[in-house]
Amino acid sequence: MTYQAVIGLEVHVQIRTASKMFTRVAAGYGEPENTLTDPVVLALPGALPVMNKAALDGVIKAGLMLGCRIAPVCKWDRKNYFYPDSPKNYQISQYDQPICLGGAVEIELPGPSRNVMGEHKRIPLTRIHLEEDVGKLTHGANDSLVDYNRAGTPLMEIVSEPAMHTADEAFAFLTALRIAMVQGGISDCDMEKGQLRCDANISIRPQGETRLGTKVELKNLNSISFVRDGIAHEIRRQIAVVEAGGAIVQETRQYDGEAGASSAMRSKEMAHDYRYFPDPDLMPVRVDEAWLEGIRATVPEAMFDRQRRYLADYQLPYSITSVLVPDRALGDYFEETARLGASPQAVGNWIANDLLRELAAARLPLAESKVRPAHLAELVRLVEGGVISTMIAREVFGAMFRTGDLPAAIVERQGLRQSSDTGELERWVADALAADPKAVAQFKAGNEKALNAIKGAVMKASKGKANPKLVDEIARRLIG
Amino acid sequence: MSSAHLFSSVQELAAALAGGRLSSVELTQACLARIRSVEGRVRACNSFDEPGALAQARESDARRAAGRARGPLDGIPVGLKDVIAVQGQPLTCSSRMLANYVSPYDATVAAKLKAAGAILLGRLNLDEFAMGSSTENSAFGPTANPWDLTRVPGGSSGGAAAAVAAGELPLALGSDTGGSIRQPAALCGIVGLKPTYGLVSRYGLAAYASSLDQIGPMGRSVADVALLLGAIAGHDPRDSTSLRAEVPDYGAELAVRRGPWRLGVPREFFGAGLDPEVGAAVQSAIAFYRSRGCEIREVSLPLAAEYAIAVYYLIATAEASSNLARYDGVRYGHRSAAAKDAVDLYFQSRAEGFGEEVKRRIILGTHVLSSGYYDAYYLRAQKVRALIRQEFVRVFQDCDALLSPTSPTAAFRLGEKSADPLAMYLTDIYTISVNLAGLPALSVPCGFTSAGLPVGLQIIGQPFQEAGLLAVAAAYEQAHAWKDRHPSL
Repeated sequence: MTYQAVIGLEVHVQIRTASKMFTRVAAGYGEPENTLTDPVVLALPGALPVMNKAALDGVIKAGLMLGCRIAPVCKWDRKNYFYPDSPKNYQISQYDQPICLGGAVEIELPGPSRNVMGEHKRIPLTRIHLEEDVGKLTHGANDSLVDYNRAGTPLMEIVSEPAMHTADEAFAFLTALRIAMVQGGISDCDMEKGQLRCDANISIRPQGETRLGTKVELKNLNSISFVRDGIAHEIRRQIAVVEAGGAIVQETRQYDGEAGASSAMRSKEMAHDYRYFPDPDLMPVRVDEAWLEGIRATVPEAMFDRQRRYLADYQLPYSITSVLVPDRALGDYFEETARLGASPQAVGNWIANDLLRELAAARLPLAESKVRPAHLAELVRLVEGGVISTMIAREVFGAMFRTGDLPAAIVERQGLRQSSDTGELERWVADALAADPKAVAQFKAGNEKALNAIKGAVMKASKGKANPKLVDEIARRLIG
Repeated sequence: MSSAHLFSSVQELAAALAGGRLSSVELTQACLARIRSVEGRVRACNSFDEPGALAQARESDARRAAGRARGPLDGIPVGLKDVIAVQGQPLTCSSRMLANYVSPYDATVAAKLKAAGAILLGRLNLDEFAMGSSTENSAFGPTANPWDLTRVPGGSSGGAAAAVAAGELPLALGSDTGGSIRQPAALCGIVGLKPTYGLVSRYGLAAYASSLDQIGPMGRSVADVALLLGAIAGHDPRDSTSLRAEVPDYGAELAVRRGPWRLGVPREFFGAGLDPEVGAAVQSAIAFYRSRGCEIREVSLPLAAEYAIAVYYLIATAEASSNLARYDGVRYGHRSAAAKDAVDLYFQSRAEGFGEEVKRRIILGTHVLSSGYYDAYYLRAQKVRALIRQEFVRVFQDCDALLSPTSPTAAFRLGEKSADPLAMYLTDIYTISVNLAGLPALSVPCGFTSAGLPVGLQIIGQPFQEAGLLAVAAAYEQAHAWKDRHPSL
């Protein structure tokens, strides 16, 4: 029997705002415990929530980026449950009228190699709603401590349709979603800081069956690779249970990424009755067209749209585009350099290979690179104009990266201009031919590659300054 | 200062302060002396901060001496129902749950009163978390009615009403969710106004039922109440349900608005259950308005009369069950010493910290919201609430204000209804629909029963028509001497 897994994800993403969801106190991470609090955060008697518009802007932007329908009215509900990390013992959330409905996340599955684009799919979304985050519990031997710094941070819950079938698809979904949220400036999505958290609903069914099987909710998938591993593990576990003649129990399980195992947390019988009702402390907020227009103007180009454009308009190889597009700033850097008249393919290569390597080695972010698009465009033009060879250009690039000087200045200062002086070139070639009669003989016997040894020797003698095209011509002439 | 000032109007006190015939320290000391002399019998105050009040009074006197007095409330003591937060003062809600809780911040109304120079003196008793109609549900014991110490002062703002009636304080702030300002005002023979929902900020008011709660002024005259209302009304960015309404000078408006008015009398508010003596007093008030040229027309509010109490106890308890969830023993408030784990901490702390009526309403509200019952109870109650609101809108097409009894009876005896929650709930039958509709209403004294107990006339107005409402009440008040009678203590 073969089985098909059905996977839906619930992803929580914190929205990066200066202040919390319903009060003026700052939102943040890593501050001393319980310092980001006020009467509202601590749910003191008499405190009232007031909506932070920036949080609503964030979720609306996310919705627009993912093609959701934006509700005309933002309505708030209370989700009632007792837990010590929840100061009011209810969470302000959205129940029956989420701010965003529908939409989809475009994903790319792994291709046959990293040079070949994989299959693309659109994973439909059910909804996105806005709510407030809870505090953080630390359990000791005899007590538990609560830190309310996180409590009240704006949090989006993004719910996918049960439309994924493999752990790879779930991984691709989360990757694409994370990139979109980061590129939209909506969240930093740092999973270690809890800015992005993922739960998965997983069921299996015999291949060809259309009804859904009993689902298990998998929690605690707190890194992006744990999501893939945890889901793959759960699919295997469910198949093993069914193959052994057992039945899947509807329950919530917790995945332990270090151990690569999961354990049951609670069963359906222990499910909460959240007693949702409209929050009487908050008025519904009308979201009008002017508001949407203002946000729409800030929506960036989607990653895969940009990739398709790079492939079509710049004729870049897929492997280069897949380096450039996930980082919005890197793509912008590329486009700016190309706009300055440099060959897009050459620019793409320089960024994907040299620039990123140097940045990684120096542990610098792109924003701090001394090589700016104008520098790189000039370097590419120097190579294309035959002023310097590619080999010299690498050397120049290293100097540019260290000093921030313009490449032309470095070339002049260090005398790196490529030699096209025929007399000088003929002397270098003649010396090289004399020094390697074996290569000459092989070339004469029809081995084209043997000429490379001669050319290499010339480049070495000229310290890279010899014009390779002229060297080739002269060598053929002198041998012939 | 002599005890002659005990029942002076705020205008008189302000004039005496402005004229240098009285200092705020003297006035505050007189209030403190009165509190000490009658509190043993009235028990209106949960606590009062004597050194703090005197320090505020000295500051007020210093401001005045420097020519920087802030207006008519500067130097005047005001008591607050013990559900309104004042920084550094206890905020008990008359509950064991908060018996030792001190608020670290000011309610917006407290901040406004401080800015006006008022002396925040006295935390006034109430039914625990404002749930009740007699102040008997206080964890710290009941307040007595100053007119008859064997009777209740009404509730839930019973401490505020009793303190003002007994001359302990010239003014107080109460809160009104289903009649909790107007009913005790009526039973204690003072004036109490529940503002339009959204006129006064709820920030810093410990919530009972958020969609119904309003803070409002209580005093011995319409003019005093108008003055206090002006000081606390207005939009507050900290309360999303606070509306951007114009705040007129209510006192000045009183002089301008003289009627005659078209006054509606809801027929259903004079039916079975209305005490004959109360009914007669209200009828004679209606006759007064007719004699002054007002057009009196009978109107009908069948839904309000029939369903208001049921709707109220569904919506208010639902909201309360959620609002009171924060009292869990984790961050502040009563924390059970017997708890074994986190869940047990909730159970034990709440079992020990809340009184019977609060528990009854939390359980009822939890049930109302629970899965499978929400549509039948909460959602349907909201629909009927909307219909009740429409019913008032329709009636107000032909009326400027409505007249009715505030309470079906005068003050009842302590313990008389405490064993029968339903009988207690019915005491709010004329006031509750006003909260459901979000309307402003006040209670003004309109006579006494043969037993010498005060009777209140309720006047209901249209949204944000407090100025008109106060003018209607003032017209009656000026022609009658009820406010010059005081309880003998």
